[in-house]
Amino acid sequence: MSYVQDRLRRTMMFVPGNNPAMIKDAGIYGADSIMLDLEDSVSLPEKDAARLLVYEAIKTVDFGNSEVVVRVNGQDTPYYDEDVKAVVKAGVDVIRLPKTESAAMVQKLVNDVEAAEAEYGIEKGSIGVMAAIESAKGVMHAMEIAEATSLMMGLAVSGEDYTSDMHTKRYPDGQELLFARNMVLQAARAADVYAFDTVFSNMNDAEGFYRETNYIHELGFDGKSLVNPRQIEMVNSVFNPSQADIEEAFNVQNAIAEARAKGSGVISMNGKMVDKPIVAKASRVLATAKASHLIDEEGNYLGK
Amino acid sequence: MENKAARHIPETVLKSLALKPFSGVEIGQPEVNYVGHQVNITTGENKVVDSIADVIKKTLKDGMTISFHHHFRNGDYVFNKVMDQIIALGYRNLTLAPSSLTGVMNDKIIAAIKQGVITNITSSGMRGSLGDFISHGGLKQPVIFRSHGNRARSIEEGEIKIDVAFLGVPAADPAGNANGQTGKAVFGSLGYALMDAQYANHVVLLTDNIVDYPCTPASIKQTQVDYVVKVDEVGDPDKIGTGATRFTKDPKELKIAQMVNQVIVNSPYFKNGLSFQTGTGGAALAVSRYLRQSMLDQHVKASFALGGITKPTCDLMDEGLVDKVMDVQDFDKGSAASMAANSNHVEIDASWYADPHNKGAVVNNLDVAILSALQIDTKFNVNVMTGSDGVIRGAIGGHQDAANAKMTIITAPLVRGRNATIVPDVATVVTPGSSIDVVVTERGIAINPARQDLIAALTKVPGLNVVSIEALQQAAEARVGKPKPLAYTDQTVAVVEYRDGSVIDVIKAVKD
Repeated sequence: MSYVQDRLRRTMMFVPGNNPAMIKDAGIYGADSIMLDLEDSVSLPEKDAARLLVYEAIKTVDFGNSEVVVRVNGQDTPYYDEDVKAVVKAGVDVIRLPKTESAAMVQKLVNDVEAAEAEYGIEKGSIGVMAAIESAKGVMHAMEIAEATSLMMGLAVSGEDYTSDMHTKRYPDGQELLFARNMVLQAARAADVYAFDTVFSNMNDAEGFYRETNYIHELGFDGKSLVNPRQIEMVNSVFNPSQADIEEAFNVQNAIAEARAKGSGVISMNGKMVDKPIVAKASRVLATAKASHLIDEEGNYLGK
Repeated sequence: MENKAARHIPETVLKSLALKPFSGVEIGQPEVNYVGHQVNITTGENKVVDSIADVIKKTLKDGMTISFHHHFRNGDYVFNKVMDQIIALGYRNLTLAPSSLTGVMNDKIIAAIKQGVITNITSSGMRGSLGDFISHGGLKQPVIFRSHGNRARSIEEGEIKIDVAFLGVPAADPAGNANGQTGKAVFGSLGYALMDAQYANHVVLLTDNIVDYPCTPASIKQTQVDYVVKVDEVGDPDKIGTGATRFTKDPKELKIAQMVNQVIVNSPYFKNGLSFQTGTGGAALAVSRYLRQSMLDQHVKASFALGGITKPTCDLMDEGLVDKVMDVQDFDKGSAASMAANSNHVEIDASWYADPHNKGAVVNNLDVAILSALQIDTKFNVNVMTGSDGVIRGAIGGHQDAANAKMTIITAPLVRGRNATIVPDVATVVTPGSSIDVVVTERGIAINPARQDLIAALTKVPGLNVVSIEALQQAAEARVGKPKPLAYTDQTVAVVEYRDGSVIDVIKAVKD
């Protein structure tokens, strides 16, 4: 088994690692990724119990088609070592490192994961890592963090800690996160890893949630962190391609097939050359359309 | 003997109660005779009296059958006021035959049973301490559980012969015209009580609000009423129902509701003229939110919504998506107020609603019913009556009746806590599997193999996970394991009738 680099990651749903009822049902909502949390949502007296629960959950609970991510406690805590060992042994897909500020921290995580993989007889490189950027320092080092390892799945902006570090707070217009979002996104794109936006926690403000999600989609983020399963469909609706996008993607696919049939290395469509980014975009569009049930098996459009 | 639902029914129970075993869901076209009732003739300009005790003394004798309705739900003051007097007057061997029993009545009934005042009960259901008391053998005679449609039938055919009906209303005039729509403790439709008003030998109204003659709309008419008793309060408006039933925020229930909506939208019934009934469970209720959007998107309008009604259903009517609301009972104040305000919001009685032995009930015109369940088994049988501990804690309500719809959808989570909801055999069969078409859980949808048309229509819907009922049962068992079988004594504490009056199952006393 090797860690899956490419997949849809529009939604990363946070699930407290000490809540068995929520963990049990986490797989039914169609989140692209489920992030079981051992860090902020678990109080100190419950750290060990949560680790045990998450370990058993990864091994036994059916999470459907979701990728399973665990947020371990920070490297400056006494829980980090045990967390890493437990989730590696359980066979998690990705480990999320909180409060990442340097490439060295990522390298330490990779070393620890590899040591655990060796200890438990798990194939090296089967578990991915991701970095949460939660401070000014982390933002300034986003590039080196993104490039720190070939096992890097992605970077996530974490707005709460970051704004506090910046001597501000969250505002509805998001100006306070403008620089961090763009730095993290640029670094992720430059290093060819995924970029995730921060959570939006006011469930009663659907309008604000859509405004923020539209905005980060426009910037180019791959997905958003979520605190409530009800937000999954909301994010997906923002990320859904239009019927025109889907038709265009099918045209690109057809052009590729035509070129292959002719044995030609050059793909062209309507007289224009189709290059790598266009091909990649087309496959992203079709994967999203399929995941959101906008097209059926034959490719017929089912949306409104 | 074993009935057609494959349940063992003791011969002694059938014999002593003169009942037939369940033999299938088909009603056929039997010829029946309705019974008459006593009429004490009066010119009746003024029937108002102050003393409940005097009316009871004039109308009630030991061994008689008394009835109440449950439209006040948990805000009911009438039942306890009347029962206090009946107990104080030392009556014996009464049969209690209400439309259903709510929690506020429990303590009084248990006291009345212990003193020999009540010796027989028939009801739609019971919960809490009373269910526990009955399930531990507290009443010698078995309770008979009947659906709302079956109660109407039983009254018409004389199996329930009501001697005195004590009916609380929020407004009545001195001659006995009354409705549930005006006054302080309004509850909207009087649907269940209309049977009692029509067939009881004596009809006693209790109200805290005597209005000028004539009180219209007259749901209950002066032609039916013997006495109007003035009391200080009939009910607590805040406990009858909330202002407007809120949609659940539970993401799992919303997920199930969305799946139910997909089933409806992709079924052959989703077209103009659609009719539907939603139960009261969180998921069943939330379906109307998703259904609303689908109706708007696809320009589909419903001809009617049926059943126990909530504000969200009335909103669909106000929005022009549903032509008529056929209402036998209201669950919130918004719905109760809607009936008074909108002539397309129609009060129907229990016979019109769901009676199997009349010349056609609304449930026979129903396309889609969305109902909940405590347990469903691999034969699609549904239990809404006993909990995982075997104790009575539910009500048939209109479950068996609405399951007569062209497509009956059961919603339930795969497991509740540590209990499987989809099981090899339900503890109590209430609604037979042959009337259930689709079971929707958060982990997948199972379709009754008898409905190959639905299997064909729904299997090809992208994202709809259609599996076998056995697969759901096994998935549930994989999560929570196999429970130890429940232990019962030999005492039959309750009989569950099917809507035609046959015995579909019995409930035994639990062994603790």
